[in-house]
Amino acid sequence: MNTNGGQALIKSLELEGVEVIFGLPGGAILPVYDPILDSPIRHVLVRHEQGAGHMAEGFAHATGRPGVAMVTSGPGATNIVTPLADAYMDSIPMVVITGQVPLPSIGTDAFQECDTVGITRGVTKHNELVTRAEDIPMAIRQAFHIATTGRPGPVLVDIPKDIVDPMNPASAMNWHWPTDADVSSSMPGYKPTTKGHPKKIKEAAVLIATARQPVIYAGGGILKARAAEALRELAELTGIPVVTTLMARGAFPDDHELCLGMPGMHGNYTAVTAMQQADLLIALGSRFDDRVTGKLDGFAPGAKIIHVDIDPAELGKVRRPDVPIVGDCRLVIEEIIKALNALGGQQSRMDITPWRQQVSGWQEQYPLVYEQSQDGDLLKPQYVLEQLRDRSPADTIVASGVGQHQMWTSQYWKFNYPYTWVNSGGLGTMGFSVPAAIGAKVGRPDRTVWAVDGDGCFQMTAQELVTAATERIPVKIAILNNAYLGMVRQWQEMFYEERYSEVYLSPDLPDYVKWAEAMGCIALRVESPDEVGPAIDKANEINDRPVVLEFRTDASEKVFPMVSPGTTNDQIDVGPLQNGLGR
Amino acid sequence: MPPKYHVLSVLVENRAGVLARVSALFARRGYNIYSLAVAPTDDERFSRITVVVDVEQAPLEQVVKQLNKLIHVIKISELDPRDSVERELMLVTVKAPAEVRGQIIELIGVFDGRIIDVGHDELALSLDEHPERLDDLEDLLRPFGIIDLQRTGRVALPKLERS
Repeated sequence: MNTNGGQALIKSLELEGVEVIFGLPGGAILPVYDPILDSPIRHVLVRHEQGAGHMAEGFAHATGRPGVAMVTSGPGATNIVTPLADAYMDSIPMVVITGQVPLPSIGTDAFQECDTVGITRGVTKHNELVTRAEDIPMAIRQAFHIATTGRPGPVLVDIPKDIVDPMNPASAMNWHWPTDADVSSSMPGYKPTTKGHPKKIKEAAVLIATARQPVIYAGGGILKARAAEALRELAELTGIPVVTTLMARGAFPDDHELCLGMPGMHGNYTAVTAMQQADLLIALGSRFDDRVTGKLDGFAPGAKIIHVDIDPAELGKVRRPDVPIVGDCRLVIEEIIKALNALGGQQSRMDITPWRQQVSGWQEQYPLVYEQSQDGDLLKPQYVLEQLRDRSPADTIVASGVGQHQMWTSQYWKFNYPYTWVNSGGLGTMGFSVPAAIGAKVGRPDRTVWAVDGDGCFQMTAQELVTAATERIPVKIAILNNAYLGMVRQWQEMFYEERYSEVYLSPDLPDYVKWAEAMGCIALRVESPDEVGPAIDKANEINDRPVVLEFRTDASEKVFPMVSPGTTNDQIDVGPLQNGLGR
Repeated sequence: MPPKYHVLSVLVENRAGVLARVSALFARRGYNIYSLAVAPTDDERFSRITVVVDVEQAPLEQVVKQLNKLIHVIKISELDPRDSVERELMLVTVKAPAEVRGQIIELIGVFDGRIIDVGHDELALSLDEHPERLDDLEDLLRPFGIIDLQRTGRVALPKLERS
């Protein structure tokens, strides 16, 4: 016996290339924290385990590498359930290590015991309770393999205390590092398909070549597959316009003439309408989410569907594709490009110039608009975002929480680089942005990282700014403080006859500036339009500690365009400023 | 037996927690598992789960795809009753006073079942047969008074090809 389970666990993480663990120790995980002192791995001590999970997610969003979080048993584990669910919905590679009570105590209602694998079964790609010290290296290798291959996702490894505690004989083991071949043969049921079927690829190429009104519907899978370059090549080869879903913002540059931006419930008119009127949707790593399709039976009624996804369960889940292709987006796009060229180049394809002109017409007629505030009024959130966008480096990484501020950020930011947008899409987790921004900054210390947050979201996870200040992680937070749970307020205004139930939060309680200062941040309150730019410039100059800017914004401002729930995308409401323009 | 039942044969790794993962996918959608049989195959690294569920075809397809995503699931096949051989075992204890005992013994003989235990006023019977034959015997025994009845849930394999 030449090592123990705790040392083997940390060594396994080192060998997997882990540079940073986001975590918080506790009784059951204590023995694993001791060898961290002797490891080159950086540990970021969070203030709440939910923060550890979202930081790991932010790290993964920004770097493409799996984020790692480590927490103790019981409440430590339950506190990280939300980030697991978030990562599962958005296919974020993440490995979570949880402590567990010693094996003989499992099932006895021991102190800080819970059925972690049972609780997290439905929100992880895979989870495993390890019962022997000698199995730890294999469990860690499997976890990283599963988290990062196929459709990425979170994997949880539950480690009972006795098999990592050097005081306990159950932790004694001989070190053995499994080979890649050992790992794959240990999981006979796990073989993701990455190469698309050649016959289907040919069928896809023929559909693309014969379409008159095609749209590329790019989803988060593009980013997961590192396929942004391939997507650009496909779009430029064919001249087909591209919509980028909330999870794919940045996968295709917003400043590209073929980019139509975000579709969906708060998508822009052109992206939504182009999909509705398309005769072919080329869905690449997207999943026909209800927020994109609107009322399903009225979605893109005339479109044939090519659906490419690495997860076979996505094909036909919502809309039956005419050409389903299981495979890695990058590899499949590259094959489709070859197949298109084999068909004989541009002359062999339908002329889509009229379609492109129609789409450009919509763009001119229905740009995103808002009305600038008058002197003495509260700030318009859109104005704040425009200033933030224009005064920050082009490759700034932007995180957001969930709600109105998230939609405005997605609408008004110009995402010209992949992996610059960090948000909670599927689960819609309020409180995501502060810890996720911290994780992104840890992963990309060379980049400016802004979190755009709402006042409701900020109050959920703000304590992680203490982590950021202590660990010298200089993230920047822009709170759009409209004193409301804004998106809920918007729905109550529009769909509940302005009966505002439990959405008012107060602009002054808490005092965000004092609170941020107490957490070790530099903080500024911004109330008038002429203060916005200078405050942002000042924040962008600070690089040794976190900065919080509190913008007092207008609560009556609503997110438009909007496809109301239960209606089809044809019934898109462009908002009061554009209603009445001829369509 | 519900009218639109489906039989799935799921080959899985023989290890802790696999059954919970498989059944959870039905439970989260509110689908009832009608019957379930699990045992190791000839290779004891693997088990076969035969599960009978009452689900429409379209959601079933999605459940099967989700099952396929479980790391410990090796292979899933849907067994069409017309193309598979199915068996199930039933143990039943029935009231058998002297005046009807002969009828019950005759009945179990007709079904090729067996008497596995004999009491003063009761008989315990066993029958392994096609599930529908078990239904028939159950119906015929009911008037005598069933005291206890336990079925195993069906197991099934594809029919052999004969061309």
